Amino acid sequence: MNLIETQAVSIGYADKTIIDNLSINIPQGQITTLIGPSGSGKSTLIRALAHLLKPTTGVILLDQENIQAIKTKTLAKKMAVLPQTNQTANDLSVEELVSFGRLPYRRPLAGLTTTDHEKIEWALTQASLQALRHRTLSTLSGGQRQRAWIAMAIAQDTETIILDEPTTYLDLTHQLDVMLLVKRLNEQSHRTIIMALHDLNHAARFSDHLIAIKKGQVKAQGSVKDVMTAENLKAIFNINATLVDYQGTPLILTYDHYQEDQQS
Amino acid sequence: MKNTTKFTSALLCCSILLIFVMLLSLRFGADHIATATVWSALTNPHASGLDQQIIRSIRLPRVLGAALIGAALAGSGALMQGVTRNPLADSGLLGINAGAGLMLTLCLAFFPKLTTVQTTWWAVVGAAISACLIFCISTARNVQLNPSTLVLAGIAISTLFTALSEGLALVLQLKQDLAFWCFGGLGAVSWSQLKYLGPALIIGLVLTLLLSSQLNLAYLTDDNAKSLGKSLPLLRGLALGCVIILSGISVALVGTITFVGLMIPHMSRWIVGSDYRRSLPVTLLLGATLTVSADLIARLVNPPHETPFGIIISLIGVPCFIYLARKESTHA
Ligand SMILES: Nc1ncnc2c1ncn2[C@@H]1O[C@H](COP(=O)(O)OP(=O)(O)OP(=O)(O)O)[C@@H](O)[C@H]1O
Ligand SMILES: [Mg+2]
Repeated sequence: MNLIETQAVSIGYADKTIIDNLSINIPQGQITTLIGPSGSGKSTLIRALAHLLKPTTGVILLDQENIQAIKTKTLAKKMAVLPQTNQTANDLSVEELVSFGRLPYRRPLAGLTTTDHEKIEWALTQASLQALRHRTLSTLSGGQRQRAWIAMAIAQDTETIILDEPTTYLDLTHQLDVMLLVKRLNEQSHRTIIMALHDLNHAARFSDHLIAIKKGQVKAQGSVKDVMTAENLKAIFNINATLVDYQGTPLILTYDHYQEDQQS
Repeated sequence: MKNTTKFTSALLCCSILLIFVMLLSLRFGADHIATATVWSALTNPHASGLDQQIIRSIRLPRVLGAALIGAALAGSGALMQGVTRNPLADSGLLGINAGAGLMLTLCLAFFPKLTTVQTTWWAVVGAAISACLIFCISTARNVQLNPSTLVLAGIAISTLFTALSEGLALVLQLKQDLAFWCFGGLGAVSWSQLKYLGPALIIGLVLTLLLSSQLNLAYLTDDNAKSLGKSLPLLRGLALGCVIILSGISVALVGTITFVGLMIPHMSRWIVGSDYRRSLPVTLLLGATLTVSADLIARLVNPPHETPFGIIISLIGVPCFIYLARKESTHA
C-alpha cells in the first residue's frame, strides 16, 4: 500500500521550476531512498513531501488525503522531518533538543507528561545518547550531534520519518550506526522511512525501495534490484559501474566516468 | 533535578535583591529622610508631612518606574536576541530608539506646548512607527521574516532617523532640551506618566513571560519548527510586538539605554542556562535590579545633582560588552 503519492507535482523556488510533473509512490512500512546527483532536487522533493514547500501544481496525498489540507500540528504527529541543514542550536542540551520532538503533543504552557518523558527516554536509548543527555550540542562531535537531531525526530513518535542525508559528515562507523538505527526503527517499530542518501551502497543495502532522480525527473523507481543496474547508473550519474551481487543485493564494486568512445 | 533547584534559588535571590535595592532607593536620595518616615509614608495613608509627600509622589513612582523599565528593557533585549539569533541584538535594532528620538525632536520643534505626558505618548508612537517600517521592509521581499534583513533594515532606518533628528536639533537649537533624553534618566518619571504606561508595561511583561516556552524554538530553523507543528514567523511577529510595547514605552520615558537589553539576557543565561523558560524570568528581575541600582547611584554620586543615568549603566555595561563580544568571536 502506498503511504504517499504525488500526482503530476511541480515544485520550485520563486519562478524557477526545479521539479516538473513528478509522479512517485512511497510504500508504507518500507525504507524508501532518494538517490541522484547533487542539485537534482532530492531536498526540494523532500521539503514538498513534508509540507515545508508548497507545490506549484499537482497534489501530494498522504494516506489518500491532500497534504495541503492537513493542519501543520496534525501533520507533525504523523511525520517527522530532519532537513539537510539544521540550525546549530549550540546552547541547548541534548535532552532539551530531543524534548522538542514532543512539541506537537503539548498544550500551550503545559509541562511534559509521563508519556512525553517515556518517549524522550526511548528516543535517547534508540540513538544511544543516554550518557550524553546533559551535554550541550556545542560540545559534541559532528556524529553525536547528528544522532541528537535524529533522536529529536524519533521522539516525535510518528509513523513516518523523513531524513535528508542523515550520514553526511560522518565516518564509516558512525554512518553505519545511523543506518542500523534507521533499519531498527523500520523493522522493530514499523516506521516508514524516507531518506536521501549519496552513498549508493548504503542505499542498496538498507532500502526496500529506490527512487532515482536527475534534474528533477524520475529516472527509475522500484525495488533495489530494478533500480541499481549499470544501465540506470549510467543514465543518472554518468558513470560506468561494475556491480556485484552480495547476498542478493547489487553493490557497486568500482566505477569510472562514462565515455562515449568506450562503447565502440 | 539540579537545574530546577538552581533556577528556584536564582529566582529567589534576584527577587530579594530587587526588593532590597528598591527599599534602599526609597530611603536614600538628595533629601535626607529618616527610615521611620519612609515607613510611615508607605504604610500610613494619613501621614502627610512634606517628607512623606516626597516619598509618595517623587521617590515611589521613580523606583517603581525604574523597576518596570529595567525589566522591560532586559526582556525586550532577550526577545530580540532570540528572534534574530544574534547574541548582540537589542531593541535598538528595531529602530525603537531612533523612532522615539525623532518624534520627540519633532514635538519639541513644532509643538513646544505639549505636556511631558503627551510628548511621551508621541515618542511611543514614533517608536512603533519606525519598528513597523523596519518590520515591513524586512518582510517585503520574501514572505518570511529574515533575521539578517531585519538587522540591515534596522540599521538603515535608525541611521536615517537619527540623522534627521540631529539635523533638526542643530538647526532649531534643541540640543539643550534633548540632552536629558540622550543620556537617559528617570528624574522625570511621575505618577501621571505611570498611570497609563505602567499597566501597559506590566501587560507587555506578562506576555513576554507567556512567550518564554515558545521562544526556545527560535534556536531551530523555520523548517525544523514547522515540522514540529509550530510557526516561527508567527512567534517572531508576537515577540516583536512585545518588544515594541516594552522598549517603545521605556525609551519614551527614560531615553536611550542600551546596555540593559544587551547585557542582562547574557548574564541570566550564564546563571541559569539557555532555556528561555528559566532565563527570561531571571532576565526580567536582573534588569529591574540593575536599573534601580544605577538610578540610586545616579542620585547619590553628587547630590543634589543627578549624574546622567545612561553613563552609569554604560560604565558597568561597556566592559561586559567587550568581554562578551570577544567570547562570542572566539566561539565562532
Ligand atoms: N532556497 C532555494 N532557492 C532557490 N533555489 C534553490 C533553493 N534550494 C535549492 N535550490 C535549487 O534547487 C535545485 C535542487 O536543489 P536540491 O537542494 O533539491 O538538490 P539535492 O538533490 O538535494 O542536492 P544535494 O545532494 O547536493 O543535497 C538546485 O539547482 C538548487 O540550486
Ligand atoms: Mg539535498
